Amino acid sequence: MRTVFEWEQPLVELEEKIQELRNCIYDQEVDFSEELTELERKADKLRKSIYERLTPWQRVRMARHPDRPTTLDYIELVFDDFIELHGDRTFGDDKAVVGGIAIFDQEPVTVIGPQKGKDTKENIARNFGLPHPEGYRKALRLMKQAEHFRRPIITLIDVVGAYPGIEAEQRGQGLVIAECIEQMSFLKVPIICVITGEGGSGGALAIGVGDRILMLEHAWYSVISPEMCANILWKDVERASEAAELLKLTPTDLLKFEIIDDIITEPLGGAHRDYEGIGRQVKAFLRRYLSEIRKISVDQLVEQRLKRFRKIGQFQEKQLVEPKHVKLNSEVDDESGGNNE
Amino acid sequence: MLSVFRSKPKFATVRPKAAKSINGKSRDLSDNLWTRCENCSALIYNKELSKNMYVCHKCGFHFRISAVQRLKYVVDEDSFRSVKPLVSKNPLNFPEYPEKIVQCQADTKLDDAILIGEARINGNAAVVGIIDFSFIGGSMGSVVGEQITRGFERGVVRNLPVIIISGGGGGARMQEGIFSLMQMAKTAQAVGKFRQSGLLYISVLTHPTMGGIYASFASLGDIILAEPQALIGFAGPRIVSETTRQKLPKDFQTSEYALQNGMIDTIVTRVEMKDLLGKLLSFHL
Repeated sequence: MRTVFEWEQPLVELEEKIQELRNCIYDQEVDFSEELTELERKADKLRKSIYERLTPWQRVRMARHPDRPTTLDYIELVFDDFIELHGDRTFGDDKAVVGGIAIFDQEPVTVIGPQKGKDTKENIARNFGLPHPEGYRKALRLMKQAEHFRRPIITLIDVVGAYPGIEAEQRGQGLVIAECIEQMSFLKVPIICVITGEGGSGGALAIGVGDRILMLEHAWYSVISPEMCANILWKDVERASEAAELLKLTPTDLLKFEIIDDIITEPLGGAHRDYEGIGRQVKAFLRRYLSEIRKISVDQLVEQRLKRFRKIGQFQEKQLVEPKHVKLNSEVDDESGGNNE
Repeated sequence: MLSVFRSKPKFATVRPKAAKSINGKSRDLSDNLWTRCENCSALIYNKELSKNMYVCHKCGFHFRISAVQRLKYVVDEDSFRSVKPLVSKNPLNFPEYPEKIVQCQADTKLDDAILIGEARINGNAAVVGIIDFSFIGGSMGSVVGEQITRGFERGVVRNLPVIIISGGGGGARMQEGIFSLMQMAKTAQAVGKFRQSGLLYISVLTHPTMGGIYASFASLGDIILAEPQALIGFAGPRIVSETTRQKLPKDFQTSEYALQNGMIDTIVTRVEMKDLLGKLLSFHL
């Protein structure tokens, strides 16, 4: 069954009407074309007014739309000749993460991303796209392989978070995320990260350290999901929409914060309404940014990548009135650096 | 992800009066002579407790201590030089965040959840950073991320090893949203750069080291030590049990569990910590 959000209801009704009218024309060979044009114009207007004014929470729900293209859909739409490579060479093969080699614009690239299922059965097999440590280890293995063969890396990010399970903890979920983040930062190949749907905290960041970070229009990226945030703040998951406002998790916010580089606009009504359309969009953006960073030497790329993250943070030097700050000794002098021997 | 696990502290809080007795200045303990260990229920004479670094002498339970207290247990007397203090902003305009910061600053006398500077440990110089749980659960926002990063940079410039003692609840600081998430990348990269210098980084995990702190600099140590019975992991136990609807193993996410699963190098009691750190530093001169 098709998922229709409440804010889409008027649009869906209008679209149904248009379809009816079309059927009518077909069946009875009556000329309703004027009415049809009028209705379609109306639908366009409605679409624009609905989708341009989505609240952050509505955007989160768009990102979770069950028909939204998954990583494998994007791989199909954007790349050619994808060869999937499996396993972390240590423990197993995590189906919640897919990765491999594919052709993009006649050049081989490594593509990696968490994979959600399309139905309950697939979702169970893929653990709802929630990776275990071996999934991240596989991702890291493939990224290092890409570096070895000097292939650019493209990560497609759509993940609520790393799986919070007993075995996942046992096998070092936190540790492997840290390793991914650190090692990805120093890889001597161009890296583009595209947040296609959900960018859920550390589980997303683990494959989210890149030279260009792009985000789809109806995607979110945050340190915590709105539900968990609402649970902490008010012990009430129902207030997730308020939490979504507070977290500033939309692409517009993140572009303003200079966390991401660009927003990939989606076909009106969302990626799930037009696979071909969003495929073309993602391809165009990847082409543009990949050719841009391919021109930069890899050493410079790594340097710029590190600089990019180094400068993130909002703080200020404390105005020292008096050294009341704990009962410790004086500060280290930054030039001479204290009294170390 | 802020302290969503273990809603109540598992032990009695020690009043400031009693805590003061650590530096031997306060003799007035008349109303607060004893503390009950909430692990084994033993009544411990406060003087005894502070002499034993807030470790229960009966069951070995490690009480939560402040960063300032911990500093006294791990570095040589009067050797600590703090770095330039930084204070947090409110990048998301998150409601009540500035008030929370001010409150925590008043309560802990710290600028943010970290105390960091240069010090000596049994004569060995090092950059030492300690995270304080009492400051918004010891969570990492822009200030903690920046200070840790500067700590590693200082280590490179001054040719010093780095020791970071973590003990922060939920890891990333929710109130700073994406900025706190990005501190995970920033600090992990700082470790990576530091690594290239060939210097030693020791990560010490205390109760609790979870979420974004564990999933960044804290698990990237060349050597990872942990205090006994510390909670160590990525997702909090409550989240894990709610998600999986499974009964958690008895020692789930403890230091002992981490050791058994190969995630840490060794478990060290608070009392033995300084000597081990000193020894490790001296092995890497």
